[in-house]
Amino acid sequence: MKRAETYLDWNASAPLRPEAAAAIRAALDHCGNPSSVHRWGRAGRRILEEARAAVAALVGAVPEQVIFTSGGTEANNLALAGCGRARLLVSAIEHGSVLEAAPLAERIPVDGDGIVALDALERKLAADPRPALVSVMLANNETGVIEPVAAVAERAHRMGALLHCDAVQAAGKIPLDGRALGADLLTLSAHKLGGPPGIGALVVLRELDLMPQIRGGGQERGRRAGSENLPGIAGFAAAAAAAAAGIAAYDDVRRLRDELERAIAALAPGAVIVGAAAPRLPNTAAIAMPGTPAETQVIALDLDGVMVSAGAACSSGKVRASHVLEAMGAGPELAGSTIRVSLGWSTTETDVARFLAAWAALYRRRRNLAEGMRAA
Amino acid sequence: MTPNPTLSANTAPIYLDNQSTTRLDPRVLEAMLPYFTEEFGNPHSESHRYGRTAAAAVERARRDVAELIGADPREITFTSGATEANNLALKGAAHFARAHPQSEPRDHIVTLATEHKCVLESCRRLAEEGFRVTVLPVAADGLVSLDALAQALTPRTLLLSVMAAHNEIGVIQPLAEIGALCRAKGVLFHTDAAQAFGKIPLDVAAMNIDLMSISGHKIYGPKGIGALYVRRRPRVRLDPLLDGGGQERGLRSGTLPVPLCVGLGRAAALAGAEMAEEAVRLKRLRDRLWMSLARRVPGLRLNGGAERRLPGSLNLAFPGLPAQKLIEACPSLAVSTGSACTSAAVEPSYVLRALGLSDALANASIRIGLGRFTTEAEVDFAADALAAAAARHPAAETLSEAHRALT
Repeated sequence: MKRAETYLDWNASAPLRPEAAAAIRAALDHCGNPSSVHRWGRAGRRILEEARAAVAALVGAVPEQVIFTSGGTEANNLALAGCGRARLLVSAIEHGSVLEAAPLAERIPVDGDGIVALDALERKLAADPRPALVSVMLANNETGVIEPVAAVAERAHRMGALLHCDAVQAAGKIPLDGRALGADLLTLSAHKLGGPPGIGALVVLRELDLMPQIRGGGQERGRRAGSENLPGIAGFAAAAAAAAAGIAAYDDVRRLRDELERAIAALAPGAVIVGAAAPRLPNTAAIAMPGTPAETQVIALDLDGVMVSAGAACSSGKVRASHVLEAMGAGPELAGSTIRVSLGWSTTETDVARFLAAWAALYRRRRNLAEGMRAA
Repeated sequence: MTPNPTLSANTAPIYLDNQSTTRLDPRVLEAMLPYFTEEFGNPHSESHRYGRTAAAAVERARRDVAELIGADPREITFTSGATEANNLALKGAAHFARAHPQSEPRDHIVTLATEHKCVLESCRRLAEEGFRVTVLPVAADGLVSLDALAQALTPRTLLLSVMAAHNEIGVIQPLAEIGALCRAKGVLFHTDAAQAFGKIPLDVAAMNIDLMSISGHKIYGPKGIGALYVRRRPRVRLDPLLDGGGQERGLRSGTLPVPLCVGLGRAAALAGAEMAEEAVRLKRLRDRLWMSLARRVPGLRLNGGAERRLPGSLNLAFPGLPAQKLIEACPSLAVSTGSACTSAAVEPSYVLRALGLSDALANASIRIGLGRFTTEAEVDFAADALAAAAARHPAAETLSEAHRALT
């Protein structure tokens, strides 16, 4: 019998939505380069432009504002390197693709709940008159904490700065309106919301000259060259439409996540839910089991068929403390013992129960071990 | 072979634009599908089974790609396509050299006038950044002169970029000779092999290739995936184009699209296994098409040399007959006037101009790309359609009369 598997690592990658699978399957059967003028090319162009409209609709943008990229990382790189601003300010909890794309950027601190410090941002903006770009994510990938992006945008704009918002983790999980947020640039990734990997977008919500980072045939109105990944784009669009239509499913996800956290608190009074005091995504729980290294937890849970992660997937192979938890002021003890549990639209009560059983078994083993050591 | 039902009137056009993109091979699709659906893990999630299954699939694909060019799997970096690979090769090498200056700095880049837009545009950007760029002409057959190349490479030359097989005219450059020249002068040799990979034998060791750009959707694989070969011995160092999670050994950040990697790997394996046989078949079809047309269309001319040429590729000038008119007259054929990226543009192909064609002749040229799914019946149908359209055109009639008068 196949062992039951419980996937609770949705923030790393979500399973493909059936609507996206159907759209990809249809587009894979279509052969045509959207830049070609013949009939096959024109059919490809239609798929491309319909998809652009669907992705735009997810964030309240117009189709012309959507630039398809190979994913969130490329979109973040394009925003930061292409905006032409001499000065970059990024929050300390941004994804690696923002932090590494702008290694010289000034860091905006966050408070203990993981919320970006608006007063610090204002001071930094006021201290230097050069035109700046501020980059603050909508929701953090490790903790799920939702940032006050509209307030950040208001301050950035008042000081003549642009605002880039990495909305990769938030899109599809909470309602999203790029203009209400006040973002000038918005990053999206398909595979985090049930689309395929290898496709994302940078949405440019205001008129600005973006310097292309990948040059060539002039696709995407000269802002991103390369033959379009049509099946990926079609899948992205179908997933975006399904995510927008199914956003209410995250009410159930929130209920499950909250139950999970309550059960943990009842089981283990010493456990910590990171960022619990802040507004958070409905699906993410960052849970610390003090005294037990995160790697140990992840391996033990995996042996029980429960899949979670010790942080961001791209760095989860590395044994390194999370920069997000460090920025929130967590000591090495807390940061080193925190795992990320992330749910999604098809997560069930059974999944949560399996996780809790595995987590509780590990917790008891570790407690007994610690008591045994104290007794000896 | 049974006649293709699509050859009747008013049905889907015959696809003869395989340089632009190719139909996904059903065997590639089959390999990819599980990784879209049940095996959706993030390959960088090493802590659980889904992630490890995905990572193993990516590494198998990397081996298949490497094997086709005689490389080590660790020398293959997945990208979003050949355009990104070309950008990464050129800008990556240039930016690394600038950031790590040697006692004798190298800040000169050499390329050809007929390179793909993404190479020329990357070079243009590097020129704006202060690098010196030399764009060499080609001969009338589309090939670069090795003597001119040898003269252009100086002790300050960092990199030479030459397309392996051409996307518009199909000519194959003398890669081994160029590679030997570069190696002797300490110049990095980059080749854009988007059209050549999987269609002609390529060997990075024998050809002294340091960097090679690869595309998935030109070899019946998926769109949105490509690769850059980056030599390890001697080590070629590049600055990344995309920073982030440090995937692909830090050279290319971003979550790897597992189904697309798997598709590229499978497409490479199939292309390798079937290359020899398929090349013979395509060459026979190509020559059949050429001879059928040349017999019936007076003045028909092959753009680019005939000998060193991709098996399925033709670029033909129909003197006096504008390509747009010819294409409109053959609605049952999907052919193009040149590179897809620029095919909506009205100006004549810069590639054909570089071969010395007049604007009129360049504007009278079409590109035909036969592929894995092209049948003999389709080739014959295409020849008939093109010949009939040419015969109907007044300019062609005039030419035809002149031709008769001369013979």
